[in-house]
Amino acid sequence: MIDGFVALYIFMLAAFVGHEVIGRVPAILHTPLMSGSNFVHGIVLVGAMVALGRAETTLELSIGFIGVLLGAGNAVGGYVVTERMLEMFKSSKDKDKDKEKSS
Amino acid sequence: MSEFISMRTVIEVSYFVAAILFIFGLKRMSSPVTARGGVIWAGAGMVVATVVTFLYPGMGNYPLMMAAIFIGGVIAWVSGKKVAMTDMPQMIALYNGMGGGSAAAISAVELYSGADHGMVFGTLAVLGGMIGAVSFSGSLIAFAKLQGLMKSVMRFPGQQVFNMLLLVGTAAIAGYIVLQHGDVNTITIFFLLALLLGVTMTLPIGGADMPVVISLYNALTGLAVAFEGFVLQNAAMIIAGTVVGAAGTLLTQLMAKAMNRSLANVLFSGFGDEPAAEGGDGVSGSMKPIDAADVAVMMAFADKVLIVPGYGMAVAQAQHKVWELTQLLRDRGVDVKFAIHPVAGRMPGHMNVLLAEAGVPYDIIYDQDEINPEFPTADVALIIGANDVVNPVARTDPASPIYGMPILDADYAKNVVIIKRGQGAGFSGIQNALFFLDQTRMLYGDGKAMAGELISEIKNL
Repeated sequence: MIDGFVALYIFMLAAFVGHEVIGRVPAILHTPLMSGSNFVHGIVLVGAMVALGRAETTLELSIGFIGVLLGAGNAVGGYVVTERMLEMFKSSKDKDKDKEKSS
Repeated sequence: MSEFISMRTVIEVSYFVAAILFIFGLKRMSSPVTARGGVIWAGAGMVVATVVTFLYPGMGNYPLMMAAIFIGGVIAWVSGKKVAMTDMPQMIALYNGMGGGSAAAISAVELYSGADHGMVFGTLAVLGGMIGAVSFSGSLIAFAKLQGLMKSVMRFPGQQVFNMLLLVGTAAIAGYIVLQHGDVNTITIFFLLALLLGVTMTLPIGGADMPVVISLYNALTGLAVAFEGFVLQNAAMIIAGTVVGAAGTLLTQLMAKAMNRSLANVLFSGFGDEPAAEGGDGVSGSMKPIDAADVAVMMAFADKVLIVPGYGMAVAQAQHKVWELTQLLRDRGVDVKFAIHPVAGRMPGHMNVLLAEAGVPYDIIYDQDEINPEFPTADVALIIGANDVVNPVARTDPASPIYGMPILDADYAKNVVIIKRGQGAGFSGIQNALFFLDQTRMLYGDGKAMAGELISEIKNL
């Protein structure tokens, strides 16, 4: 399905995308961004599910189980903290709007 | 058969959509205006990818899978909702470690099952497992250090040689496993050694360098995920993992650069190694104390006040009081801006998060490059819990360990007020020449308490 060279091309292009997308991020967003990219590699959950789904021996089953558990933790935890952080970022204008709403 | 193909198509299309959502999500996170939407997009991608994976052909063990997702998800959800903003760095380290561990687990299952992936993908499986395991144990050590569960720096003689031998040894076994497949025991030893390597690599690295290390492990986990994605032929994992790997590498470099150090320097040389006596030569004069009432007058009648927060502000939980103080001054017509050094706090952008939590709008928070030209026109520079990032010896004293590090030019302000608990040197143990300047006054006390006093003094004016 994905052979050696196609894999290499995907790898190269994705690396460029990662570099470009992050290259223009202001320092103010570095922590949420680190947290956000931390969430994105929570996609490892999908791979762990496949590994556990195919596991047969007790050893494979237990390691697969741990893998899915950790992957789910990465994805869910990463999302929750990123969302919490970004929710706090507001400009002066947003704040005025909030004030109007509450008054 | 046709049903099987259409199922595969559904899965592939869903992964494709998920990959697009991840990339656009990250892209939207690059501006504070759209950032919130960005994480929601990426979250939608994650849900799509996870749900569709249940349809994967040839899988079983669903009850076990659901249980693992439920347990891991609930624990992470609860801990993520509860954690204080000050503790965010170690929480990210922890979740990142979990991702690395998960990638290592995928690799372990593949290797133990003895599936033949061929030379190229076999190498990637082993490499991804090794990187994932290092990221797992390394991140846990970083978490333990930042959480205060263990001593910040641990060294023993010959540590670097030991680490190097460990790295070479682990890599050699990795090579053997690729070529000979290896039995269960060999594979187990391989993973144990990789886990040990993560521990010993992280032990000697001190608190100030932790952000760089966490960022590095974040990039490494991304890479491990991408490698395991190749092994499982999973495009979503390859793309998401590689994007994070590249982005994390760039972020790590930016952070190391902000400290004027190379990544190798962070990893292999202890910062606090040199005796703490240096830097004293260029420092003369005395520290001049001041009380809150005088500072209040100084700031209330200023035209422009620049506030420089550091990790001390986070420790004192002073951000809410500081924002209250800022609002008071702004109501009086004082131009108040926040000046943030790239490595202030325990992570790049950490200060921004804390200030945002307190309600400070992001358009009065400025980066080093934007704000430095404004210090000469500032009437007051108020330093709260920052130290090395405003130390002018970084510009003047070539003998100082922080020489060359870009700093905030607080010493150019007409008046400098330092809120500090005592007279001691900062985190790095280097004397701060700023404290001894003629225009500098020291306001001794806890950051939160002092900000509170300033607020009441200004209200009384």
